[in-house]
Order: sequence, then C-alpha cells, then structure tokens
Amino acid sequence: MIIHSIFFYFFSIIAIFSSLMVITSRSTINSVFFLILDFISVGCLFIMVGAEFLGMILLIVYVGAVAVLFLFVVMMLNVAEQKQSWFIGKKSTHIPTGLIVSVLILLELLVVVGGWKYKKDVMSSSNLILSETSNTHQLGLVMYTDYILYFQLAGIVLLLAMIGAILLTFRERVGVKKQSYINQISRNPETAVKLMEVKSNQGVKIDD
Amino acid sequence: MIGYLQILGQEIYKILFLLIPILVSVAMIVWLDRRVWGLVQKRRGPNVVGPFGIFQTLADALKYIFKEIIIPASANKTVFILAPIVTMTLALVAWAVIPMSKNLVLADINVGILYLFAISSLGVYGIIMGGWASNSKYPFLGAIRSAAQMVSYEVSIGIIIINVLLCAGSLNLNDIVIAQKKLWYVIPLFPMFVIFFISALAETNRPPFDLPEAEAELVAGYQTEYSGMMYAMFWLGEYANILLMCAMGSILFLGGWLPIMDIYPLNIIPAPLWMILKILFLFLLFALIKAIVPRYRYDQLMRLGWKVFLPFSLVYLVLTASFLFYFDKLPKVNIL
Repeated sequence: MIIHSIFFYFFSIIAIFSSLMVITSRSTINSVFFLILDFISVGCLFIMVGAEFLGMILLIVYVGAVAVLFLFVVMMLNVAEQKQSWFIGKKSTHIPTGLIVSVLILLELLVVVGGWKYKKDVMSSSNLILSETSNTHQLGLVMYTDYILYFQLAGIVLLLAMIGAILLTFRERVGVKKQSYINQISRNPETAVKLMEVKSNQGVKIDD
Repeated sequence: MIGYLQILGQEIYKILFLLIPILVSVAMIVWLDRRVWGLVQKRRGPNVVGPFGIFQTLADALKYIFKEIIIPASANKTVFILAPIVTMTLALVAWAVIPMSKNLVLADINVGILYLFAISSLGVYGIIMGGWASNSKYPFLGAIRSAAQMVSYEVSIGIIIINVLLCAGSLNLNDIVIAQKKLWYVIPLFPMFVIFFISALAETNRPPFDLPEAEAELVAGYQTEYSGMMYAMFWLGEYANILLMCAMGSILFLGGWLPIMDIYPLNIIPAPLWMILKILFLFLLFALIKAIVPRYRYDQLMRLGWKVFLPFSLVYLVLTASFLFYFDKLPKVNIL
C-alpha cells in the first residue's frame, strides 16, 4: 500500500506541477511540452486506479495525436515568447474567459461527483457486471448496448466536424498540374507521340 | 521494507536481463543490415573488425562515445539534449510487454497491444523535439516531414491491429499469440500483413520512406545537428524501433513464439528461439527492401497512406467483422 501511495503522489505531483507550468510558462512551446507531460502523468494515474483502457487511449489519442497537432501549430506559427508573465505588467484579456470556463468545469465536476455520492446507482447499467473480465470488455459491453445511441451520435458529430474542417480549408486551385496514375499507366506510343509536319519559319502550336 | 527492496531488486534484475540482450541485438542487427545491403549490391559490407566484421558496430559505438558532443549555440539546449533520450527510452520501454514465450515476459498486461501502440505513437516526439530544438532549417523540415508521415501511417496500423483483435478477442499479447495456435493470422489476413509491413517501414522512417533523412535534399533531416553520443542514441533508438516493429509483426501475424507446426522436430525448439527467428525473418525483409527499392516522393507517400491503405484496411476490417459474425466465429469472451 505504501508503494501504491508513493506512486500516486509521484504522478499527481507531476501532473499538478506540469499543469501549472502549462499556464505560467513563458514560451509557448514549453507550455505544450508540459501539457504532454501532464497528459502522460494523468494517463499513469488512470492506469493506477485500474482503468488501463482509458489510460492507454488517453496516451494514444491525446499524446499521440492531439498534442502532436498542437506542437505542429505552435512551431509553424512561430509564436513569439510572451514578453510579460500573466501576473505582472499588463493584464491579459483572456483571464475573465478562462475563469468563467474553469468555474463552469468545477461546477460540472461538483454535480457529477455529488450526484454519484448522493445516489449510488445513478449510473447503473444492466450490462455492467463486476466480474473478472477486464475493464476493456466491460466498457465494450456497456458502450455498445446501453449507450449505443449516444455512441453513434458522438460518432456522427465527430464526422460532421471533420467534414466541416475539410470544407473550410478546401480551396480549388485552378491551373495546378496534378499527377494522374491511370493516365500515366495507360499511355502508349500511339497516344503519347504525335508526328507533326513543321513548316519552315512557322513552327507548330502544341497544347499539352 | 526489506521485502519491497527485494522485489525492487528482482525487477531491476529482470529489466537488465531484457535490456542488455536488446542493446546487443540492436548492435548486431545494424551489422546485419549493412551486410545484407552490401551483399545485394555485390559489395562486401563491413568485414574487417572481428569475424565477418561482427564487431563493426561496437567499434562504431566506441567512436561515437569518444567524439565531442557539439551543441549549436542557437539551439534550445534542454530540448536538444532531451530529444535523443526520449527516442531511445521510448524504443526500449516498449519491449516490456513483448512476450518471448508464455512466461518469459516482463509485464504481461491486459492491454499490451494498446501499450505498444501508445508507445510507438509517442516516438514522434523525439524526432519533433530534435528537429525543432536544433533551430535550423533542414532538421526542422525533416522533423515535420517525419511527424506527418508517422501520424498518417499510425492510422492504418491502428486499423490493422483492430483486424487482428477481432480475430483474437483479447488485447493481451500472449492471448493473441495463443489464439493463432491453429492458424497464423498471416494466412487469413495476408493483405493486412502486407500493409502492416509497409506501414512499419514508413513508421520507422526506413527506405523507401526515409524522406525525413533524405540526404539529397535535407542533409540528414532531424539528425543534422547531432554529433557523438547523442547521434548514436538516435541511431540506437531507430534500430530498436525497427526491431520492435518486427516483433510486433511477428506477434500479430506470424504466431509470435509458436512453432510453425506443433509436430515433433519443430516443437522441441524452445519458444524464444522461434520468436527470434521470426523477428530476424522480418528484419531481413526490412534490410532487403532498403537495398532494392528507390525512395518515394513525398506526395506519393501521403497518397499511399491516406488514399490507398486507409480505405483498403477499413474495407478489410468490415469484411473480417462480417465474416466472423456470419459464420459465428467471433471469439467468445467468458463473462462470469
């Protein structure tokens, strides 16, 4: 048990420290690196409570994909280092918005945890069997039976978001030459080579 | 307290017992790679140091250790030093879940395949960090290429893994191996094996997909500014990753530590030996491909990943699922 709590405090201290560093660090790149560290330590905490599937998915999705995109954007935009820290000098205008969002999240957490404490079976499910099966199997059993509708809806929302993002960034460029594999492969001497009679001092017009 | 220390000591002993063979085999595999490459091109390859040149890599490693480490003045020093460490650590850490036989595995965890997938998706960080921290054009371009490439091919590897999981019904690597006792998945899922192999080439930045290090256009990509031991660490991490991909391929498709057939002369060969043979077989394919295939162009690479592999593996996933469902072959999960 001692070892367990040592590991718990180790990961949670790293998680809290790095999440503080995300908002206080001056260099944007460092913020993103600390965000990644935060994700990793929270993933470790998930694994420690036995939710190994959630922990691994957190690592794969957030650290392996989302944070890479963050890092990309920050590196490509070449965001300059912030000149002043947020608690000295000119106050940032983003603080009120951030505060409102964080208060909202705190309230949501309170409602969820409070509801759970108040009524134990508020999240009960007919298929949730606390047995020897791994929690991956249990998640699957719950997600594809009781919550199949929400699961599909979430999928559709994500698909729409993806199509929307593609549409927003899509622009048709005219005059750009593209390689067509079928055209390339189906070329043969008859269609590719054209013999032309060139008259002296006149030349020919070739449209390609 | 003494008990804890004892357990700790045992674990460290086990980890060393795993890591040292891997590091040695990485050194040997580099030699093998160069030998095969040489033989295909009718050269001799490294053949001077030791018998058949087998100690060439050790000599190279010594050379790297004694070289000076140069850190560019404009580099972000912390990230610059951290990058090769991250690459090598991640490449070695993933070996914890690879089963060499039924019991010979450091951590027999429930979600082994997810762990492997997660660690290999973290591998991109070492490269991005190295490329960005060098604060120079070519490393940055190389890093961005490499990151885009790895993220794209991870998607198709993920779907291929789902194919195998549907057949095996477990995320545990040992269970996946045991599920192939009757039939290796390379037979029913052969197209997936081919796609996995090609995606593994792209994922580890091997030729023909070694665009991040394309020397003609980017010098050496993200490794340009690295020297001495730090370069060697990138290099070790890269080859450990290649070996890891070979191990993953042999677990997912070639039946891991199982013998080819469970008959007399074959099943007295110990299980770890089978695993090593399969890894070596896949690695030989990697080495041959390096020697015989020219480098892809970048747009061809992206097209292959997103427009060919992704739709094809998705369709194959639906086919696999339908087949298993229709013929009632879905793996049974023993609930209760």
